[in-house]
Formats: sequence, C-alpha cells, structure tokens
Amino acid sequence: MSKKELRIYFPLFAMPTFIAFMIGFIVPFGLGIYLSFCKFTTVNDAVPVGLKNYTDMFNDTDFKHALWYTALFAVVSVITINFFGFAIAMLLTKGIRGTNIFRTVFFMPNLIGGIVLGYIWQLILNGILAQFDLTLTFNEVYGFWGLIILMNWQQIGYMMIIYIAGIQNVPPDLIEAAKIDGATGRQVLGHVILPMVMPSITICTFLTLTNSFKLFDQNLALTNGLPSNRSELLALNIYNTFYGRVGFEGVGQAKAVVFSLIVGALAIVQLVATHRKEVQQ
Amino acid sequence: MAKYIPETIQKGDLLPPDVQALVDQKAKKSAYSYNARRSPYSMLWTVILSIVSVIYIVPVLLVLINSFKKKAYISRNPFNIPTGKMFVGLENYANGIEKIGFFSAFLNSIIITVGSVIVIILCCSMAGWYITRVNSIFTKCFYYLCVFSMIVPFQMVMYTLAKTSDALHLGNPWGIIVVYLGFGAGLAVFMFCGFAKSIPLEIEEAAMIDGCNPVQTYFQVVMPILKPTAISVAILEAMWIWNDYLLPSLVLDKTKYKTIPIAIQYLKGGYGSVDMGAMMAMLVLAILPIIIFYAFSQKYIIDGVVAGAVKG
Repeated sequence: MSKKELRIYFPLFAMPTFIAFMIGFIVPFGLGIYLSFCKFTTVNDAVPVGLKNYTDMFNDTDFKHALWYTALFAVVSVITINFFGFAIAMLLTKGIRGTNIFRTVFFMPNLIGGIVLGYIWQLILNGILAQFDLTLTFNEVYGFWGLIILMNWQQIGYMMIIYIAGIQNVPPDLIEAAKIDGATGRQVLGHVILPMVMPSITICTFLTLTNSFKLFDQNLALTNGLPSNRSELLALNIYNTFYGRVGFEGVGQAKAVVFSLIVGALAIVQLVATHRKEVQQ
Repeated sequence: MAKYIPETIQKGDLLPPDVQALVDQKAKKSAYSYNARRSPYSMLWTVILSIVSVIYIVPVLLVLINSFKKKAYISRNPFNIPTGKMFVGLENYANGIEKIGFFSAFLNSIIITVGSVIVIILCCSMAGWYITRVNSIFTKCFYYLCVFSMIVPFQMVMYTLAKTSDALHLGNPWGIIVVYLGFGAGLAVFMFCGFAKSIPLEIEEAAMIDGCNPVQTYFQVVMPILKPTAISVAILEAMWIWNDYLLPSLVLDKTKYKTIPIAIQYLKGGYGSVDMGAMMAMLVLAILPIIIFYAFSQKYIIDGVVAGAVKG
C-alpha cells in the first residue's frame, strides 16, 4: 500500500491518540514552561515575572534539603535494589527447587500500589520502632531508611525478573568454554555473565533511578514529609508548594521544570554510560 | 546452537517451523545446562530462599491479621495475634466500607482501568502502525515527542493538566480515560512502533493485492500480529493506572468520584485521627483483588514485564 493512500486515513488511525496526547501532555507541558516564568494563582491571572520564580526557588531551604535527600535516596536505592535483584536472579537461574514459587512471591509486591504500600510499612515500621519508644516521624533518618526498605521490598522482584531474562540469554556454551579454560565461579560471573547482561543492567538502573527520583505516593503515605518537611522527596516538595501554599504556584512550576531537567539529564547520562559498556553479541 | 536467533522473537510469535525448533532448542538447552549442574548447596539455597519468601509475605499477612483487631490495639501491638477482647471480627470491614464508600471506589477503579487500557491499546496500536508506515516528518516528530513524554516527571504537567482537564470537563471516570490515553500514549506508541517495524511489509502488501483497504488490512492482518505487544502494553498500563493516586486525585471531581487509592488516602486525610482498624481492613480489600488476579495471570504479567523492559 502506498504511503499516500494510508495518509488519508490519518483521522481514523492517528487522530484520537494525537488529540489526547495534546490534551494530556503537549498543552500542559508547554503551558507549564510558560507559567514557570509567571506569577499566578489560576491559569487566567498569570503575569510574567521573568526569572523571579527560579531565584525564589533557591532561597527555599526545604527545596534544597529535598534535593539532597532525593539524591541520596536515589543512590542508595539504586545500589541496593540492583544488588539484591541481581543476586536473587543469579540464584533463581541455578535450577534450585521451588524457583517458580520464589519468583512469584518476590514479584508480588510490585502489583500493590504506592499508597497501600506506604500504609503497610508505616504499620510495621512504627510497630518495630514503638518497642524503643520511637516513631517513624521522630527523625528524618527513620523516614529515609523506611523508604529504602519499602522500595527494596517493592522493586527487587521487578528487577529480578528482568535480570533473570538477561541471565538466561547468556549462551551456555560461553560459560562452558570459560570453565574449560579454568575460570573460577567468580571469574565467570565477572568476565562472562556481567558483560553479557549489561543491557539488563542498563534497563534496571534506568528504571530504578527514574523511579526513585519520581517517587511520590510512597513518600506521601509513609511519612508525608514529617517531621516538618525533613523527609520530603522532590516530588512531594513540589506538590506541597503547589497545593500547600497559596501564591507559590509559580515557584512550584519553576521547581517542576528544574526537576524535569534533572531527571532528563540523569536518565541520558546513565543510559550513555552503561550503554557504552554493553558488548556486541 | 551456532545459528543466531534474533532477540525480538518472543513466545507466541508466529514463526516458521525450523526457526521455532531452534527457539525451542535454545530454551531447552539453557534450562538443562543450569539444571544439570545443581550445586551441592541447592537444598541449602532452597531453605534460605524459603525463609526470605516467608519474610516477604509477612507484611501482607500482618495487615490481614490486624484487620481483625480492635483499632485501639493496632498501633500498640501490631505483631500480636488478635485474641479475646482484641478480636472484633468483621467490624473494621463494615466500618471502613461505609466510611470511604469502598464499593463505588472499586467500581470507579474498574471502569477507569479497563476503559483506559482498552482505549490505549486500540488507539495507540493504530497510531503506532500509522507512524511506522507513513514515516513523514510529522509522524517522526510525534514519535519522538512520545518517547520524550516517558521521561518527563508527572509533577511537570501536574498543575496545568489538572487545569486543562477542568476546562474540558474531563473530571469524571469517562473523561479521565482521555487523559490516560494522552499521558499513557508515550509508552504504548513507543512499544507498538518498535514492534510494527519488525512486521514484514510483504504481508500487508499481499493483503492489499487481495483487495483489502487500509482499514481491513489493519484489523484483519496487522492487529492479530500485534497481539503479544498488546498484552505487554495492557499489563504495564493496567499496573500503572490501577495504582495511580496523584493523577486521578487532581483530575477527578473528588466529592463525587473516588478510586481505591484516593479512598484509602481519604481515610487518613479526611479525619483528625486515623481509624487504624478501618485502614487495615481497606488495605486488605485493596490488595485482595490484585492478588487474586495475579494468581490467575502471573505468567502473562511476568512475561509482559520482561517484554516491556527489553523493548523499553
């Protein structure tokens, strides 16, 4: 079929998605960039104020705290989730009895939503801390590790599934050849398996990194930023700027723009960095 | 085994018999080679992983146990089995269901999730195919914008999206489907384009020669081939939409419509002190349908996630 003939069918094939995409993404995105340079309380009363929102943003100590808190959280959660996910994936590709059941169990928390997860772990962690007369919101450190535990519980299974697929894709002859050449188990892992599963590592670090930066529901349900915004991640900080303080909508939008730039830049840097390490099969 | 099998081949794809045999052989061989060398520690690992699995399930069980406990005891002794005066039967459930209107929230969640997933699959598979086949500057731009939209955090469009959908009166379970189609289009179009590229043009040309117009070609020839991708997309989008809290809480008219995550958050936000009993009961009711669904379709879910990740 010629392209021209198909092109006439635009209204049927692509129009619905295109219009919805305009409503759901393009228009809000463009409007968002414009509004980040305005002062407003509703969209209609926007007055351009130049870069004032951006300078105000960096005078906000809560925002700066949230920035560091999120960065630290992302680093710790990316490392722990990928480490445990990969380790369990290695074990579950060894043909251990019960592999399928373990896989099913470890994946299960992924299907539970962030809000529900947050309240489940609030119950457990508060229950444990209560033994020492503490609560989760006593100190930002408890909130931090609470979120790390929660995210590990939720995401290890997802990453494990991806790693299992990657490990099973390593040709068995390659491992056999390495063993015949006298490689130890550790050498096989480091020099054969790891380079071969690099594509999976790229995907998993990308997913964990962006997920940790965008984390909102879990943060809201587990600590809601308590004590006094100290356990606030970036996404929650932006939400609270929009809906918690009247007159700060412009600042919130400016924060959101900066937030998007950070996430975009990190995603690109990470993809390029790990992609370079992938070997051609 | 020396023959190269492309990575894009998946279970369920239609393959010529000789290629299918190779794929089967590959799957068998990798399974064997791992099984054949069961390490001497195999039993030990089974035991250790069993213990870890139990620890993994404990949080969910704990919520279940606490949902039968009198609310005053939950915060203080979350780890005790409810006995004697602690046990309240189904009181928490009755309480919670009434407080948050659980059943209407459940119905809204079902309408929104099922409706959005069907609309996304139908519209985005058509758009993905159209984009790949027409391949003009416009469709290329559309494609890259979709990819771009996958990285942008929701907070970026949160406020303006809420205002836009307000202006267009999309604040009901049917209107929000349009918003989900727009915001979910990124992933879906990306995945459908990736797969549509690998469909040989000859198949469609043959259909055209046999007298199909593009609409018939799409629905009778292309759509069945896209089925494995459609299942992956459906699973990924459903997992996201069912659990989504922020988007519906901003777009929906919350006084009239709640989804399950909104209803649960409302339990905390709407009252001064949280009724822990009702909270536990509602958490159980929120988890239960997911676990039942998972038990019946876990193979599809896990395969869908893998396929989605490999292409994403």
